[in-house]
This record gives sequence, structure tokens and C-alpha cells, in this order.
Amino acid sequence: MKKVITGNYAVSYGAMVSRSQVIAAYPITPQTQIVELLSEFCADGLLDAKFIKVESEHSAMASCIGASATGARAFTATSAHGLALMHELLHWAALGRLPIVLANVNRAMGPGWSIWTDQNDSLSQRDTGWLQFYCESNQEILDTIIQGFKISEQILLPTMLVLDAFFLSHTSEPVDIPDIEVVDTYLPKYNATYRLSTENPYAFGGLTGPDHYFEIRYKMQETMDQAIEIARQADEEFERIFGRSHGLIERYYSDDAELILVVSGSIASTTRDVVDQLRSEGRNVGMLKVRMFRPFPRQEFRNAVRRAKKVAVIDRNICVGFGGIFYQEITSTMYGHRDDLPIFGFIAGLGGRDVTPNVIHEIVTHAETHDTPDTEIIWIGVKR
Amino acid sequence: MRFQIPEHELMGPGHVACPGCGAAQAMRYVLKALGEKTIVVLPACCWSIIAGPFPYSSLQVPLYHTAFETAGAAASGIKAGLEIQGDTDTTVLAWAGDGGTFDIGIQALSGAAERNDDILYVCYDNEAYMNTGIQRSSATPWGAWTTTTPVRHFKNRPKKDIMMVMAAHKIPYAATATVAFPDDLVAKVQKAKTIHGTRFLHILSPCPPGWKIPSEIAIRLARLAIETKIFPLYEIENGEKYTITRQPDGVPVIEYLKFQGRFKHLTKSQMDDIQDMVEKEWENLLSKTERSH
Ligand SMILES: Cc1ncc(C[n+]2csc(CCOP(=O)(O)OP(=O)(O)O)c2C)c(N)n1
Ligand code: SF4
Ligand SMILES: [Mg+2]
Repeated sequence: MKKVITGNYAVSYGAMVSRSQVIAAYPITPQTQIVELLSEFCADGLLDAKFIKVESEHSAMASCIGASATGARAFTATSAHGLALMHELLHWAALGRLPIVLANVNRAMGPGWSIWTDQNDSLSQRDTGWLQFYCESNQEILDTIIQGFKISEQILLPTMLVLDAFFLSHTSEPVDIPDIEVVDTYLPKYNATYRLSTENPYAFGGLTGPDHYFEIRYKMQETMDQAIEIARQADEEFERIFGRSHGLIERYYSDDAELILVVSGSIASTTRDVVDQLRSEGRNVGMLKVRMFRPFPRQEFRNAVRRAKKVAVIDRNICVGFGGIFYQEITSTMYGHRDDLPIFGFIAGLGGRDVTPNVIHEIVTHAETHDTPDTEIIWIGVKR
Repeated sequence: MRFQIPEHELMGPGHVACPGCGAAQAMRYVLKALGEKTIVVLPACCWSIIAGPFPYSSLQVPLYHTAFETAGAAASGIKAGLEIQGDTDTTVLAWAGDGGTFDIGIQALSGAAERNDDILYVCYDNEAYMNTGIQRSSATPWGAWTTTTPVRHFKNRPKKDIMMVMAAHKIPYAATATVAFPDDLVAKVQKAKTIHGTRFLHILSPCPPGWKIPSEIAIRLARLAIETKIFPLYEIENGEKYTITRQPDGVPVIEYLKFQGRFKHLTKSQMDDIQDMVEKEWENLLSKTERSH
């Protein structure tokens, strides 16, 4: 069924067609409509789930952890300060190997209070052991929830999908909402190998000394490595059933491009248009959209920039004291592989400032007119 | 009629509690009363250690270790997860210390209680953060020494009245208990088990190293806490109906305080002050009991 819906509603529909069984969530702008619509689905019986109306995001994640530990499919959604409040529990969910799915609406951290988009909230959780997907469109949001459960339940690590505040959360687009029965064929009932059950009692998460803890981390990393291939397969199977896929890193006119723009989230849509225009002018520019950020598909990225002469990374985030976070990941990915490849790191659009086609043009012109970057941080549009 | 304590043990002898640990005995009795269809949720506390390190467990029921401040919320999630999968009769037992209940975990507990989620929440109260080495909590009584309330600056605020806090949530059942009266404790757990919604049990649990007492008098002290009216045994139903389940003998508080190293700095007049506070609280409890019957 095709429906014109916002990114937030795409989240709610995604959680519904995935047959989430326990939802625990707390409202925060700009995520609130996700919670509201899910409450309606549950109240109307459209979704047979327990919705725990918790008193905080911290408890939302704690409840999801509990529910997931019983083998139930658990879902939550939050943003910015809510995600930050969950931090300890994000580690707990990942180390506990629980296949929870969380939708985070990217919103800048305060103070000053901001409700507008940037990626510092989700990227601050980079090292918690969650898979991270950055979405470009409302369709991709919905599909990534279904795929997220599919991947997570195979590898027993949680998935966070990320959508931009307002540019996606409150913007309506036509979205194909797949039939729940068809989703069932793609995403069968979760059958947890280890679960809290009085029939087979286990103790989970007890005191773990240096003799065992190290291996917990080793296994997580091993699983993260496998997750890249599993996510790829999940996307391919998705395409066979639903007729669309999203890739882990999407290549857009990048194969023969001299300059490749590396982007994520809704900036990808704007960049796509700019690339079309530049191509029509005969300028050799392409785009890579990083959809999967954790685990980072390093090999796929290296292949994608094999023939590029320059790479320009656009970060809607900043690791203060270092620079753009995608830039950091990409320079480290390329270290020792293409030392001749100049990588430019642009910071743009923080706190929801618009990244317009003009901004992208400015970035392209800067990269085209410099042989190598002058500085590790190139600020675009900052008022000095 | 005497209450029979079930013989079946669900707690093994391999636990690593200190000798005389009230918290260990409390778990043993509570599990006897609840039986096998119980899942234990354990935030950080002494019990995270007592339960035994990976890959062992001293409990024969499933056990989920959770973050310090999350017992209420994690238990709610477990209950919801079980129910949506068709298991409606397993008791989800949140088992937290006083720190995990009165302090850092009070938000999650309040959330669960206000929603009246179907969990049994037990606070075993040893009146300080024992796991981290005897620091004060809001359950530490007036006058007590802890490592963060040294004798020259002992705790000069009364113990938080957690039962009143829980009663204010209008939950169906809240009760106090102690390991010195196992019949009373087991009866209360069995009663709680038959009730749906949030049930709260506050168990005074002597801690020999934390209270600076010899382990062999731990039970005697728990008994004295009741007989001195310092820790009365009572129930609150639906936040309104108060019932005292044991009439204290009215032993002077000094008989309780004098055995404990944590109170040994107190002067006679400070002990008299404690006696006055205890009498006042007891009168309060009596009047609530009278009003509700
Ligand atoms: C967020 C967080 N802060 C602090 C700690 C350290 N910590 C672990 S147990 C504990 C005290 C527990 O006290 P209580 O709940 O009374 O249980 P007890 O140890 O006395 O049995 C503290 C402070 C922690 N695990 N997590
Ligand atoms: S420190 Fe106290 S509460 Fe902790 S195990 Fe020892 S006796 Fe029990
Ligand atoms: Mg304690």
C-alpha cells in the first residue's frame, strides 16, 4: 500500500509491519509522532504489542533490554538528549547481545536548546556496539527497520537507524508500506537461542573476570565483521521480495568520478541533484552515500574510491578537538591504501542549518580548486 | 496456626555472601515462597556478587543482571516480554538494595509502580552502599557512621520513608519484613504472589561488616529492630489500609544501638533523641493504622 507519510510515521509503520512485540518509549521532539502513532496502533489492536509508557528514555532502553532478554521483539525510538540519557544501557544492550531496534531522529545536543538536525547525538554512541544506519528517505527508514530486525536477530547485536530531524521526520513522501504477511516471509518470528525462561534457567551478565571478558569483546568484533555480509544479504533478499534495495554504501555516478562527495542522511538527496547538474555541465563529480556506518564497510568503501582523484567528506557533526567524524573514519579507512588520494573534510549544516545545493556547490568548487586540503577542518557557511 | 516454610531450596550453598548476611537469607526465604516460576532481576548491589561470577549462579531460577538504576524498568520489560509470548504466571522479581531502590533506582521504580506493572519488587535494606564499601544512602539511619559519614560528621538526616513513598503510588500491596521473622516474611511473599500489579517488599537485612557487628548476632539485631519499633512490621494495601503484623515488645532503642559499631560514637542524649524519633514514627504508624480500619 502506497501512502504519503512523514519519516516519523514511516518509523511507526516499520515497527508495526515488523510485528514489534514490546515497545518502550518516551516522547522527545522531533520523535514524538512515532510514539503517538504506535500508541494508536496498539490501542486499535493493529499491532499486538505491549507498549510500556515509561518515565524516561533510560527506562525505555532498560525495558527493551528486559523484553528482548525474554526473546520478545523489542523496539524504541528517541532523539538527542533521550539517546544520550540511554548511553549506559546502549552498552548494556550490545554487550548483552540483544537484537533491539532503535530509531533515532538526529537532533543537535544542547545547550543552547536545539530541536534541529545534526549527527552528534548518534555519533556519540558510535562505540557502544550498535549497528548504525543513516537513512536518506522515508522509504529507506521503513525498510531499514525491517532489515534491522532481520540482521540483528541473526547476529545478536542491536541496530540503530537514524533519520534527520524535520528534513525527514516531518517531511512527507510517498512510501510503500508492505503487507505484513509479506514482511512475515522476510522476517519470521524471532526465535531466541538464549532467553530468560523458567524452563531452562540461565544467569545473564554476572561478574565476568579478566579470564572471560576479553573474549566478549573479541566475539562482538568478529560478529560486527560478519554483519557486513549479513546486511548485504539481507538487502539482497529484501530486493527479491519487495523489489527495492538500499545498499550499504550507495554509489551515484562515482565509478568514473574524479571528485567523490561522501555524504549521509538527507544531504544525500540534495547532493544527488547537484551531481546531476554538474554532470550535465560535464564536471566529473560523483557521490557515495554511507548508509551503513557501523560496522563500517571498509573494503566496499576502498573499492568505491579506487579510481577517484579526490574525496570530499561532508560531515553534519563534529568531534570537537578533532574534526568531522565521517572524515575521521574515512581517512583511517584509506590509510595505507591510497596515500595519493587527497581527502577533504567539510563541516556543514550543524544545528539544522540548511545544506542547500549552493552549499554543495561551494564544497565542490573548493575541492576542485585545491590540490590538497589546507586544513583538516574546512568550515562551510560558518559566521566567523 | 503456624506458617510452614517451604522446604524446597532454590538458592544453592555456593553463594559468596559474608557470614551472617541478611540479604542472602532474605533471598533464600523469598524464593522458597515464590517457587520455581520466578525470574530474578538484579541491579548492581551486593547481590550481583553474592549470585556468583560467570559462569556460575547460586540461584536455580533465571537471573538477569541489569544496570544499577534500572531494576523497576528492566522488570517491567521482562514482564511485558513474557506476557506477549503467552507466559502470564511467571513472577518477575526485582531484587535491589537500598541504594538501587531509595536513591539511584527510585525513578524507574516509581515509573513501574505508577503504571502498576505486574512485578514484585523487593528492596533488601542493609542501610548503606555495601557493595562499594559502606557509603551512606538515603536509607542510612540518623546517627550512623558510614565511610562517607565519618563519626565527626555522622548522618544527621532521618532515613527516607520509602514505604510512604510507595504508598503514595497507591500500589496494591507494600509490606515490611525481616529475616528474623521468616514466617511473617514468607507469608507476606505468598500473599504478594497472589496479587496482580506492583507489589513492594521492604526487608531489613543486617550486614555484619557494614553495621560493624559479629555475624552471629545478625538475626538477633533484626529481631531487636522490630521489638524496638525502629523497623515495625506492617502492610499497606492500596496505599491506604495499614495493618501492623507484629506488636513490638517496646525494647528501648539503646538495646539495638549498643551492639553496633556504626552507632558506637553516639552519646546517651543522642540515643534519647533517636528514642524520641522512633516513638513519634510509631505513633504516626498507629494513627494511620487506626484511621484505615
Ligand atoms: C551508575 C552506577 N553508579 C555507581 C555504581 C557503583 N555501585 C555498584 S553497587 C553500588 C551500591 C549498591 O548499594 P545498595 O543498592 O544499597 O546495595 P548493597 O551493595 O548495599 O547490597 C554502587 C554505588 C554502578 N554500578 N552504577
Ligand atoms: S557486605 Fe553485607 S550485604 Fe554485602 S554480602 Fe556482606 S553481609 Fe551481605
Ligand atoms: Mg545497601
